[in-house]
Amino acid sequence: MNIDWTHFTPWTALAGGILLGIASAAFILVNGRVLGISGILGGLLVPKRSDASWRVFFLLGMLLAPATLSLLAPGLISAPRIEAGTVAIVVAGLLVGLGTRYGSGCTSGHGVCGLSRLSPRSLVATMAFMASGFATVYVIRHLI
Amino acid sequence: MNRISEFAIGLLFGWGLLISGMTDPGKVIGFLDLAGTWDPSLAFVMGGGVLVGLFGFTVAKKRTRSLLGSAMHLPTSRDIDRRLVLGSLTFGAGWGLAGFCPGPGIVAMGAGESKAALFVVAMIAGMLVFEVVDRRAKARAARGAGA
Repeated sequence: MNIDWTHFTPWTALAGGILLGIASAAFILVNGRVLGISGILGGLLVPKRSDASWRVFFLLGMLLAPATLSLLAPGLISAPRIEAGTVAIVVAGLLVGLGTRYGSGCTSGHGVCGLSRLSPRSLVATMAFMASGFATVYVIRHLI
Repeated sequence: MNRISEFAIGLLFGWGLLISGMTDPGKVIGFLDLAGTWDPSLAFVMGGGVLVGLFGFTVAKKRTRSLLGSAMHLPTSRDIDRRLVLGSLTFGAGWGLAGFCPGPGIVAMGAGESKAALFVVAMIAGMLVFEVVDRRAKARAARGAGA
């Protein structure tokens, strides 16, 4: 295995990860909710009005994260490299939307929160989406 | 108070995604590309998140009310079934294809990335497909049980 030393950023990765952990811990302790993005967004798509406002406020915070962080610490944000074309982006979005709702979670709900809760169910889900992600990139980068 | 906290935690989570590099699909795919030159950074993101999360959830499991007084909405399902595995495999395929998972897609959309916005729209469409199919399946199951 060859390590990509030029792109390897252990310190910012760890710092960002710790922030994700703090946010997840704060959400369950302060608001009593599991921080899972697919669940928070997906819950808005069912007609249940009393349950909508907390989801909207949370998502609003996420949407304003880039603008606020670029004011506070512009050097911390790296420009995204998006290789996928329009068709791949649409197919990917459909798969992610469908899959996260069937599997009841994504990288945040199953990955960060589920593993932190020591949930066997989330461990299985995390192993499944990681394996599938590794396999997909292998096919795209090395077989096609 | 609840609304302020939800907004602030959403903001903090978004900052975490930006600083960690998760909002850069190139970095995500660099991590998922084991056979190429591998960028292990995202393992540190997950490690840092779970390290702090472990403390938070250990405390949370012992509580009956949140600090703001609401109920603790901890997941109760423990089933490891076909839905969980097939759904997660499907999600992983989409994640590997574009390098976006739900959170980073939303944050990158907030940064004005048009491809991220397209990803989020398609993701919402996928979620709506699930809602329709799932509701029909549940209605069918209910009819079957009633008959």
